[in-house]
Amino acid sequence: MTRKQRSALRGWGGVATMALACVLTALFTLLPLSRSGPEGPIGTGGPGLGVTRPAAADNCTPESAVRSLRPSKDEGATVKEIKERKDKPNKLIVGVDQNSYRWGYRNPSTGDLEGFDIDLVRAIADALLGDPDAVVYRAVPTNQRVQAIESGQVDMVVRTMTITCERLKEVAFSTAYFETGQQLLVPNDSEIKGYDASLKGKRLCTATGSTAESELERQSFGADVSTKVPNQLDCLVRLQLGEVDAVVTDSALAAGQAAQDPTVKLVGEPFTTEYYGVAMSKESPDLVRRVNQVLVDYRESDWGKAYEKWLADDLKNVDGPPKPKYRED
Amino acid sequence: MTDPHSGSAAPRRRTAFAEGAEQLRAAATTEPGRLRIIGALLALLVVAFGAVTAWQTSERAAAADDVIERSQPLTSDAAAIYVSLADANTAAASGFLAEGQEPPAVRDRYEDDIATAARKLTTAAANSKGSGTASAEIAKLNALLPEYAERIETARTYNRQGLPLGGAYLRNANDLMQTEMLPAAKELYDAEKERLGADYDAAKSYPWAAIALGLLALAALVWAQRRNYRRTNRVFNLGLVTATGTAAAVLLWLLAGHTLAFTALGDSYDHGIRSLNVLNDARISTLQARSNENLTLVARGAVTVPDDGRPNAGQDKYDVDYRARMRELGDGGVDRAGMGTLGEALHHADDETGRAPVEKAMAAVEEWQQRHEAAREADTQGDYEKALDRVIGDDDATGESFDRADKALEEAVEHEQQDFRGAAEDGRGAMTGLPVGAAAVAVLGAAGAVLGIGRRLSEYR
Repeated sequence: MTRKQRSALRGWGGVATMALACVLTALFTLLPLSRSGPEGPIGTGGPGLGVTRPAAADNCTPESAVRSLRPSKDEGATVKEIKERKDKPNKLIVGVDQNSYRWGYRNPSTGDLEGFDIDLVRAIADALLGDPDAVVYRAVPTNQRVQAIESGQVDMVVRTMTITCERLKEVAFSTAYFETGQQLLVPNDSEIKGYDASLKGKRLCTATGSTAESELERQSFGADVSTKVPNQLDCLVRLQLGEVDAVVTDSALAAGQAAQDPTVKLVGEPFTTEYYGVAMSKESPDLVRRVNQVLVDYRESDWGKAYEKWLADDLKNVDGPPKPKYRED
Repeated sequence: MTDPHSGSAAPRRRTAFAEGAEQLRAAATTEPGRLRIIGALLALLVVAFGAVTAWQTSERAAAADDVIERSQPLTSDAAAIYVSLADANTAAASGFLAEGQEPPAVRDRYEDDIATAARKLTTAAANSKGSGTASAEIAKLNALLPEYAERIETARTYNRQGLPLGGAYLRNANDLMQTEMLPAAKELYDAEKERLGADYDAAKSYPWAAIALGLLALAALVWAQRRNYRRTNRVFNLGLVTATGTAAAVLLWLLAGHTLAFTALGDSYDHGIRSLNVLNDARISTLQARSNENLTLVARGAVTVPDDGRPNAGQDKYDVDYRARMRELGDGGVDRAGMGTLGEALHHADDETGRAPVEKAMAAVEEWQQRHEAAREADTQGDYEKALDRVIGDDDATGESFDRADKALEEAVEHEQQDFRGAAEDGRGAMTGLPVGAAAVAVLGAAGAVLGIGRRLSEYR
């Protein structure tokens, strides 16, 4: 056989392998769908077929983004699949944070995860599988949240994740379970009064790639915004070391910071409005509806308990959970 | 000349000089006079040869002494500062991962490292007067060390209270260590290495002046004896023969001594210093890889490589750093391409006792890499507890492999230190007695030359 023929054959082998991989991917992604009942988006391809679903709404607005699917008490195909799957049956696999105090963090003295987000995860597991402990927690870094859902590594992500139009192109969100907004965290004796002219000449700290960073690029009131750190908590370290005068982050996370240092406080009104939602796969609308039903019940009483337990001390002026908003379809 | 006095002084000096020259010219017309001049010149040459030999060899002996007693200890102190800083950082991160109270052994290791660094900085400061780079880096490290220790204490305090702020402080202290302290320690280490190199060069440089003078003295002695033979038909003049013998002996001693010293010092550099350099680099890489491995678990995905088109964007920053450090250590082979510092250390190790610990370290690092993969997989799967157990646990944890690698490298450093000391002391020993001996023998030779010429002179009385 000549070299050319050999390489040609190898080339065809590669194509055949890829084709086989495509078929397999399609099979695996479509199989669960074929059992997903009337709500299942039959006919929409998985990634293997290279067919992308149209974006949730091309004319997405912050207003429309928070609208989710109507709640349902029915146990959909996805929940059945979770109960019966070979790997980790009867366990909800959830992506969480391990570093956000009061939200999702690992207590170093017990090694356990705890916080507001974790309580919500337990409530969801209890409703879906009848056991609040039937959870496999997976720590996902901020920038891996979307990918973890898309790749099926996790069933959902409950991790102070803001509902945005950008993210809706790749994942589905539940209804909002918490309202927050960008705010300033300052030492108790600071002259800074809020997101206003009192920031002039002050040094502010933000996390790289955060909403706070882009908001300050828009309007910084003459503040020095050069301090950018990998994680919002690093800002509190800088504040304590006297390297900056204030931290800009969302009020929910700022509350987690204030809870660790009694000499700092939140000032001014939040100057943006953001909502946290539970992120799930776009391929599992039944799961989104089921979780929305859990949230309906959760808002009744457990939400308030969790708020009292984790956040009330440092995050005042919260009237309760945000009202759920649903899409028309 | 602008000096007003020189106008009157110059003619008088010229008169005296002219007088001397006239006397010399007069003496050179008679044979006894010529002999006197030859005798004086020969004695002068031999004495000068002895003096220059004594001077040049004592200079080289002093440089060899500096290598052994000053610059090498300072270099190894600088390496110790570098290593203990990196080790302290590793221990701090390890202690952090342990749930609840920090294990006493880890705490002690950290305390010892900080104390060692502080102590060595003090000695280095006392010994590095006059060296700009070294002093500047030492001052910088002296200022940063307490700041670093303070941040680690803050991190511990918050961690004991169960607050994630502790982890953020630890990462902050790590940043200080990585971006300011370790680079300063490396600068200091490099400056000391440079000084060591300069001392080596001084000790090994050829004593050309002494050799040239020796050859000149010998040639003059041979010429004088040949002249003697032509004029008197006498073959041997005892005094001149003695002078020739002693000058030749000193020259041989000088050549042999210096060659021996040159070879032994070269050996001590090739087999000692070069090995020590790569071994120290390997230790630093090992320690850094371990801190990054620990920090991956401390940071829990909180720090990723920024998403701005850089390679590895979006990946855990500490894991990316860990892999870079492992690459520095090499791929376990001794091929040029991927040999890394460990492969190089193995290449430089010149005997079985030198190779054994390096091979041990290589095996430990390989095992570590395999265990690390398992730990990482558990972590990315979200099984933090399992990942933690694989990193700091009791059974087959990466920590165990790291400890083994670190111990083996320490052992290798000790061995090479002995190798260095042995060879360098041989080098210094080869020049022992040479300065004093050369001076004494040269005086003897000069006396011989004077006596030999005097013997001929007496025949004219």
